Amino acid sequence: MIAATAAILRKDLRLELRTKESVPAMTLFTLTVYVLFHFGLDRDSLDGELAAGVLWVTLLLAAVIGVSRLFAAEREQGGIDALLLAPVDRTSLYLAKAVALFLFLVAVEVVALPAFGLLLLGPGLGGAMPELLAILALGDLGIAAVGALVAALAAETRARELIVPLLLLPLLVPVLIACAQATEPFLRPDQGPEDLARWLGLLTLYDVVFVLLSVAVFDYLLED
Amino acid sequence: MDPAIELDGVERRYGERVALDGVTVRLPRGATLAVLGANGAGKTTLLRVLAALLRPHAGTARVLGAELPRERWKVPGQVGYLAHEPLLYRQLTARENLEYHARLHGVDGARVREVVAAVGMERRAHEPLQDLSRGMVQRVAVARAVLHDPPLLLLDEPRANLDPAAADLLEPLIGRASGRTRVLVTHDVDGALAESDIVLGLKAGRQAFLDEGELAAVRELYR
Repeated sequence: MIAATAAILRKDLRLELRTKESVPAMTLFTLTVYVLFHFGLDRDSLDGELAAGVLWVTLLLAAVIGVSRLFAAEREQGGIDALLLAPVDRTSLYLAKAVALFLFLVAVEVVALPAFGLLLLGPGLGGAMPELLAILALGDLGIAAVGALVAALAAETRARELIVPLLLLPLLVPVLIACAQATEPFLRPDQGPEDLARWLGLLTLYDVVFVLLSVAVFDYLLED
Repeated sequence: MDPAIELDGVERRYGERVALDGVTVRLPRGATLAVLGANGAGKTTLLRVLAALLRPHAGTARVLGAELPRERWKVPGQVGYLAHEPLLYRQLTARENLEYHARLHGVDGARVREVVAAVGMERRAHEPLQDLSRGMVQRVAVARAVLHDPPLLLLDEPRANLDPAAADLLEPLIGRASGRTRVLVTHDVDGALAESDIVLGLKAGRQAFLDEGELAAVRELYR
């Protein structure tokens, strides 16, 4: 299963490098939303809950774009049939897609976070970077775990553009709450951790539950 | 020895529409079944059932000893399916596509080089498929279908877009000379009659004839 997962992931990353369909679109969307908030709120800087909310809601909405495109190549070019014809565990497709989405989100955040700091943030992020990286990693993992499942579910439906946001965003509400609550103390002038362990624990639990649940049900999603 | 394919009263529906209705056929190992019929007769559906990509809704189906759909897990890796679509990624090169499929099938790089040479694509193997002609893409699709040396080939219009020289080149891989069991869907009636052991005629999903491929019966299929 590891070899098949690696093969699918390698193929997906190669396709993204060639087509540049997902990551640039997600990044551009994120930057545009931050610019819109900058002018729309008519404030030079945000902090605390408002800043955390803007940061995470924007990242979740950008994730919708990535999830919508996650199975595009398989759907349009027969990749799922080819995979079903090969003697590989179908779970490898789920794992590869989840890891690909995780890496796409990380790539977006490499650009989006400095832009967020520059456009919207009053207090700097530098001092809290290790904690923020942990929150981002666990948040991205949760988005990737659920996103790959929803993408597979939507791939074979006609109304996939509707199904992805309608299914994905409600499922990600716990991730949004935990990430925003965990991030908020670091976005205040008197920054410092507040219940960080509790929120990281909740995120970890969410990630574990959704990875296990997705692995359990993914086989059935590919059934005729 | 078990037959390669054994279908008895196989039915398949898409919602209310019946795509296959009571298809019964038995194909010995190493033999070729030609499937004839007009567009929408159920030929591609039949191939997808045999490839275990679609489950039959009624009747019994055995492919290479595996009862479908109960034992569908036995079929992947045993079938080379050349579909309407090449099942390849346009943005990847021929070699990258084949290396990807080789990894999925646990096939080594030497076999990739062997099939690339066998389909005459050594000089163009580094080009993305979107830059190749449809005939060239069909050659790569053939290479993909035989990459893992499957005992059963399911071929949907295998010579589509191929010039006569390319068709001859691919003959050892997908023709009778390959020695594999084959199910051949085609509109080339003369070719199908010449190179098959059994002929199955389908009309609107129903079996019009089996192994009685005289021209009058064949013409009736396309009316």
